[in-house]
Amino acid sequence: MAQVACLALRNGESARTDGVPVLTVAEFRDALIDRVQGGARLTALFGMPTGESRVRLIGVVAHTETGMIEICATEVEEEYPALTHDCPAAHWFEREIAEQWGVRPQGHPWLKPIRFHRSYRPGHDAWRRPAEAAIEPCVTDYFEVEGEEVHEVAVGPVHAGIIEPGHFRFQCHGENVYHLEISLGYQHRGVERAVPGGPTARTIHYMETLAGDTSIGHATCYCQAVESLAGSRVPARAQVIRAIALELERLANHTGDLGALAGDIGFLPTSSYCGRIRGDFLNMSALICGSRFGRGLIRPGGVAFDLDEARRQQFLERLRAARRDVTEAVELLWSTPSVMSRFQETGTVSRHRAIELGLVGVAARACGLERDIRREFPTGIYQFAHIPVSTADTGDVFARAFVRWLEIQRSLAFIDEQVRSLPASRTRDLLGPLAPSRITASLIEGWRGEICHVALTDDAGRLARYKIVDPSFHNWMGLAMALRDQQISDFPLCNKSFNLSYCGHDL
Amino acid sequence: MRFIGLCQPVLALMLAPLLRGVINKVKALFAGRCGPSVFQPYRDLAKLLGKGAVYSGTTTLVFRLAPLVGLSAVVVALALLPIGSVQAMLAFPGDIILFAYVLGLMRFFTVLGALDTGSSFEGMGASREVQFSALVEPVLMLSMATLARHSGSISFSGIYSSITFGVWMQAGPTLAMVSAALLVVCLAENSRIPVDDPNTHLELTMIHEVMVLDYSGPDLAFILYAAALKLWVFGALLVGLCMPLRTGWAMMDIAAFLVGMLLLAIVIGVIESMMARLRLLRVPQMLVGAGAIAIIALVLVLR
Repeated sequence: MAQVACLALRNGESARTDGVPVLTVAEFRDALIDRVQGGARLTALFGMPTGESRVRLIGVVAHTETGMIEICATEVEEEYPALTHDCPAAHWFEREIAEQWGVRPQGHPWLKPIRFHRSYRPGHDAWRRPAEAAIEPCVTDYFEVEGEEVHEVAVGPVHAGIIEPGHFRFQCHGENVYHLEISLGYQHRGVERAVPGGPTARTIHYMETLAGDTSIGHATCYCQAVESLAGSRVPARAQVIRAIALELERLANHTGDLGALAGDIGFLPTSSYCGRIRGDFLNMSALICGSRFGRGLIRPGGVAFDLDEARRQQFLERLRAARRDVTEAVELLWSTPSVMSRFQETGTVSRHRAIELGLVGVAARACGLERDIRREFPTGIYQFAHIPVSTADTGDVFARAFVRWLEIQRSLAFIDEQVRSLPASRTRDLLGPLAPSRITASLIEGWRGEICHVALTDDAGRLARYKIVDPSFHNWMGLAMALRDQQISDFPLCNKSFNLSYCGHDL
Repeated sequence: MRFIGLCQPVLALMLAPLLRGVINKVKALFAGRCGPSVFQPYRDLAKLLGKGAVYSGTTTLVFRLAPLVGLSAVVVALALLPIGSVQAMLAFPGDIILFAYVLGLMRFFTVLGALDTGSSFEGMGASREVQFSALVEPVLMLSMATLARHSGSISFSGIYSSITFGVWMQAGPTLAMVSAALLVVCLAENSRIPVDDPNTHLELTMIHEVMVLDYSGPDLAFILYAAALKLWVFGALLVGLCMPLRTGWAMMDIAAFLVGMLLLAIVIGVIESMMARLRLLRVPQMLVGAGAIAIIALVLVLR
């Protein structure tokens, strides 16, 4: 069957908006479903209004083998036939479209709001709620299992630990979980609505605080998008410093996660040491730019801070010490039988299910999927310095922990190499104005997984639509699936092994 | 009633929170931290006693009664325990049965208090507590039966005054097996790792801690204090068995006992630092294993 042609771009490349083919709804569905069933990944699917009553749906698929990103579009009014049945990865995206634009995907199996806000198109609501009705977060219908011995456990939005708010509904039989439904939206701030019309001085700050633990990831992804729209290049030294910062973010979070996993099962040594070592990595970010979370470092056109010779030596010294400490603390996990018995065969996601749901990042690699933007869609220094993809194939908590450990080792080696061979150049070129009527898709492998930003400019060179897809958006459903037929007491452990972002999802 | 028998309850009432302090200190040192002072549990109790209590609107009198009953029950249990050859305050044939029952009463009220709140977490915790205690109690009774059979007495005071170095030389394997079973009982009853994690904040994984989530102020202080005393009670059972120093001088016996309790706190701290918690499904397996050990010990005594 001849495939419908779509606009093909490389990661971080831009094209004229009118190069995106506007297909009929049937062609659009076929184009996306064929590609996804053929092994491509649905990276983003979103709407933007065109004119008074029409909404343009834009689908973005990424081809792992060729490193190409394909974009196509269609126009709909009030409803269209849903893709979710044929392409489960679209499930969350279609709920988002319904909520944002009041367009109803017909035949969607579980059409519910995901962030609990009013439609962005006044007068259009996918659930036909009256305009004056209050919309409270997570007040909606939930999946229920009926039966005498089935009981329901509701957890959150206020949790016992210092974590973000989210609501979890378990349908249990004794200690056994039949089904988990996750409902978020408490952290919705309206970032996607604040960006169009820009970029302004504020935009980069929105990006750095999209998900507090992924400042570098989102800021880099944003910069890559606007640099592409402005047609500017980033100096080599800035590219390397960005990659160092991105890997440091990965190190800090992976180390913290391994410590937290140990903490959840009451294994103190690794828990305490990793908590401290995470701080060491954060302090190394602070050594570069003064912020432990890398705020203020990544700026359009390059980076705002350089790594001078004295600090470079200090950086390498700290890296050496941290490598030694983290190795000691983490290897203890794999050599302790009681830890391994908790990690193995807990919260398993099958490879098939991971493909179906379109999981990304650590969660996907733990199921044996080789998905890593740094290798498949490399930009910046990753085009020249390769990091092997770390995978495991059991799909359980152990696999997700072990993939993190492999990535820690590889990121350490990468940073060490890059800091030693920093190219001599400027660190920032100021960005020119954005070109009018262009579209770009920017992908970055953040520590959680694939971050996708899609930007479109209007005919005056301002951002018309800015779509952000945090890796958590793809992966929350994976966590729900991992819990099926598990013990409810293992939920915290499974949750930590995914460690998804609430605010990255809620935007 | 003997006045020297007051030693056990008085020492326990004074020193029990210290055991928790020592355990936490050991864990902190293993984790490379300084940790809070060993006297922190006392400060926590003082703080809680100075606070007001908040009661949920769904609770009844049972909820308020549970901490009081729990504390009273554990104090009664203390009065039944001897220190070495120093007789207990209350000693009579069959006091080991009363002991098991007062602790059962304590658990019963804790569980009722938890169910009284109507919270799904506390219900789960209560269900786990009851499930595990159904497996722990037989282990305790089997261990006591073994010791009773061996010593020919069915009172704690009789049993413990008969355990000496000589007996250990003669029936070492049996006593070692009973000690192992009692250690598991001690860890399980006091919600320590590997059965439960006293430090976790994750309500879905907790057993004992989740049942007392709704308590605050003085009620929580009573519960924490009762938990410390309970640790002391089971520690005393174990230490009395493993430190068979029976000099006949009360002071010497008591000193040896206190050293034993300190060592036990350190051992618990080390166990908690070295291993992770078991998966909840595996806990019954461990408890049944301890039961099997206790049965073998009993068979050895009976033959």
